[in-house]
Amino acid sequence: MGVADFFTTKLDEALGWARKYSIFQYPFVTACCGMEYMAAACSHYDVDRFGAGLPRFSPRQADVLFVVGTISHKMAPVLRRIYDQMTEPKWVVAFGVCTCTGGFYDNYATVQGIDTILPVDVYIPGCPPRPESVLDGLMKLQEKIAVGRQRY
Amino acid sequence: MDGTDIIARLQERFGAGVRVAHADHEDHTVLVDLAVLPDVLRFCRDDAALRFDMLMDLTAVDYLTYPGREAGPRFEVVYHLYSVPHNHRVRIKAGVDEDEPVVPTAVGLWPIANWLEREVWDMFGLRFAEHPDLRRLLLYEEFEGHPLRKDYPVSRRQPLIGPRN
Repeated sequence: MGVADFFTTKLDEALGWARKYSIFQYPFVTACCGMEYMAAACSHYDVDRFGAGLPRFSPRQADVLFVVGTISHKMAPVLRRIYDQMTEPKWVVAFGVCTCTGGFYDNYATVQGIDTILPVDVYIPGCPPRPESVLDGLMKLQEKIAVGRQRY
Repeated sequence: MDGTDIIARLQERFGAGVRVAHADHEDHTVLVDLAVLPDVLRFCRDDAALRFDMLMDLTAVDYLTYPGREAGPRFEVVYHLYSVPHNHRVRIKAGVDEDEPVVPTAVGLWPIANWLEREVWDMFGLRFAEHPDLRRLLLYEEFEGHPLRKDYPVSRRQPLIGPRN
């Protein structure tokens, strides 16, 4: 019968609820977007009220990788290694246009979008994105986490 | 010292080695021969009246596509010097041919030249004789070519990982 399914779907929902409100982020900050990341994380546009207030600067302890700022071709293998070291479940947020598409750095040194090397879950465009955009992206990520959808 | 006095002192000391000197927009600039360049830099640092104890920048310019400069040397290496005791500045330039792109190093005079010359090697491909550790600074070692040269194709990408987009 369907009674057992009721309990497993409720369990999945409970897990999704717990995961989306306890995000341990790894802010991989390289450039100017880090300023807006800090602005979004600090007191005025608090991300702590979304449960995402504790950054973990180790890939082993984090579940969301915020790639913040321009990634050069020299940095790309390092970023890939950081992503590979994270344990499942993991999500990736491309913060700022440099990580979404390369931004205005259409040149020999910049990765034209980190989705060429990593699977990305949420793209937050902007140069840099306003903190309200960041929070909007974070809420979209939370919806994705709640249904347990991952891309890898 | 006034900028024109600096230029006069260099011309008096080096005579024919100083090719061109100008003071456009208060940027006192001296173009010297590559052969006298090490002596000029040492004189600038050590002379009591000049005392240029700070190398602000060391860079290069590629004149490959510059209209009117086809006859001259392809590259020019540029030194921006500043004197802390006297508070005056000068720019020293030296032309470098593309067949022999070797420049004497300034590491013995100003230690910061170590990284600045590595950047010039990385971006322009100008070698520095007797540099202790001449390797790429900003790009990775596998990168082929020197991107700030005018003949490096703008659209060439060399990703280490990921597609060659």
